Amino acid sequence: MLQEGKKALWKEYQKEIADDRYFYVRSCVRQNFFPASETTFLRILTEELGKSVYEHPHHTSCSGVGYHSDVIPFETTMTMVARQFALMTESGFMNFVPSCITSFGLYTEVLETWHHFPEVEARIRETLRKATGREFEKPANLAHASDIIYKLRNEIADRAKYKLVNHNTGQPLRGVEHIGCHYAKMFPHKGVGGAEYPYVLVGMIESWGGEVVDYPERRHCCGFGFRQYLVKANRGYSVASSKKKFESMAPYKPDFILTNCPGCPYFLDRWQYAIAEMEGTTYGEDGMGIPVLTYEELAGLVLGYDPWDLGLQVHQVSVEPLLDKMGIPYNSSKKYLGKNGKFLGVPFKPAAIKVC
Amino acid sequence: MSKKVLIIGAGVAGLEASGVLSKLGYNVTIVEESDRIGGKLNRWSHLFPSRRPASEVLEHLQLNLDPNTVIITNSKITDIAVKDTSIEASLNTGKHIDADAVLISTGFELFDAKKKEEYGYQIYENVITSADLEKIFKEGKELTTSKGKAPKRIGIIHCVGSRDEKVGNTYCSKVCCVTGVKQAIEIKEHLSSCEVFNFYMDLRMYDRHFEDLYQEAQVKHHVQFIRGRLSEAFENPDGTVMVKVEDTLLGKPMKMNLDLVVLLVGMTAGNNSLFKKQLRLETGTDKFLVPADEHFKSVSSKQKGVFFAGACTGPKTIENTITEARAAALEIAGYLKN
Repeated sequence: MLQEGKKALWKEYQKEIADDRYFYVRSCVRQNFFPASETTFLRILTEELGKSVYEHPHHTSCSGVGYHSDVIPFETTMTMVARQFALMTESGFMNFVPSCITSFGLYTEVLETWHHFPEVEARIRETLRKATGREFEKPANLAHASDIIYKLRNEIADRAKYKLVNHNTGQPLRGVEHIGCHYAKMFPHKGVGGAEYPYVLVGMIESWGGEVVDYPERRHCCGFGFRQYLVKANRGYSVASSKKKFESMAPYKPDFILTNCPGCPYFLDRWQYAIAEMEGTTYGEDGMGIPVLTYEELAGLVLGYDPWDLGLQVHQVSVEPLLDKMGIPYNSSKKYLGKNGKFLGVPFKPAAIKVC
Repeated sequence: MSKKVLIIGAGVAGLEASGVLSKLGYNVTIVEESDRIGGKLNRWSHLFPSRRPASEVLEHLQLNLDPNTVIITNSKITDIAVKDTSIEASLNTGKHIDADAVLISTGFELFDAKKKEEYGYQIYENVITSADLEKIFKEGKELTTSKGKAPKRIGIIHCVGSRDEKVGNTYCSKVCCVTGVKQAIEIKEHLSSCEVFNFYMDLRMYDRHFEDLYQEAQVKHHVQFIRGRLSEAFENPDGTVMVKVEDTLLGKPMKMNLDLVVLLVGMTAGNNSLFKKQLRLETGTDKFLVPADEHFKSVSSKQKGVFFAGACTGPKTIENTITEARAAALEIAGYLKN
């Protein structure tokens, strides 16, 4: 791989990312899948880096999941997006930051549509006004939450308590990254690094001391592609997609998988168990899986947050091997304690894949 | 005193037109941007379909040049204007040229393969372009992988930058299909045990002997042709390139590991902004210059005294370029007589 060629390409795909006063909108599903990721994002921005973030209590789903599943028409979707922009306008925080990749892709698509077809924007404005009495301004800046962490990656590195370095050997840890399809595949210039060789997660891994491994099926879908999973009969495609990626990345022996989408970490994490049950195949070391993290979780680890406060105990694939490599201490007896200290119970231990 | 013709571009079209115009008694000045004449002929090893050495064609063009022809290399036109019955041009060197007619023979540019990011040119170690392959053949170098080994399996990818809406080029570059066939044969001649696969959308073997070359590639050299456009390429840990493509004849997606990938880069228009701005010439949606009439004035512009020859008006073979250059010379002669 010729790194100079990649670097030259990355230069062509830089985008403006606001540096403060963010209007943050959460994902429909991430709090169920990876419950502390969004909280960690807010903690890093507000407590570590002193940024201002506003969350509106009336924010709803952007409806992207319905739009991409063909159950909600684009007109309705645009009106719902317009309502989110109206909430942003009310708040006075004009830098719109979605947590969800599909939301980011959808907001980008709507803004691009309005840019090219102003008459559509005018019609949606009228529809929203009639339906809710609300009016709105368009965001001064639209960036995905991973763009924000990318922008602040060096500030996070400055505060790092742990690096992506094997503390026993001193060698950089090897990470593979997987970008959500809706981040840049529809609008390459809206993603840091473009669509083919995205840099947004690569930049984080490099800044935090790790090494990125590029693998042949990096661009392949994680397995969450909506039609693959939402239609039950298609779920074989979903697990087959994930399997294809694991088979492709395994020879590189990655220490972790880093993601920036709601669905990707979920499927890349859970399907490792499913494949182990179905075929007896595991892809990590010693019969374990490859740990899968969201970028907020990884940033939290680098900053020294307690792994259980980051919600890493709800992952299917155990993260302890990664914590051990990074030299991060953890208390196994507290792994399944809730935030109130109450014991939550120990999950079922599968036989097909080794877990801690 | 004989009349003067300014030729912009000393490639195939410019040189051939110059030779004819000199024979007809006109004073010719050629302005060339690069440091030598011959244009892209200097970069090709052998030409399709006869496999004639490109240097031989260049020698022939040079022999036809009149010794009195003024050739100005390393120079660029910075200003050009039609004044009544004359053309006035200024060069970046400060030189000024007056002429009675001008022939634009600026040719084409090769498509920048980096724009097809998913194919990994200059990112993957074993992805080269058809122009790179010509250079290897021309310099007499061995065709090897980046690690210096003889490739066992090579893929030639057709239509890179041609007939591709994604990169903004919807037109056919005309010469890539047959170049791909020619290069496949050349590879087999250099490396007989190497498997060669040509991935194509459809093969446009339109000209005389093209089909023969295609037959020869299959029957004599066992080159395999797979109808399917590459969706993406990726580098394997050992440096080989994995390509994904749908075989549209079998109706099946396929993956293949290749030791070397050759991207058949198409033609794109040169920078015509000066001509558009100062001579008010038109370009098409493909950005090539537009002649006054596609049938009857294909070498004339709508601007008095300004003529075209060669690939500045669209992709052409060398054979067609030479024919067009002669036609342009005669058209200029007719214009100057009147």
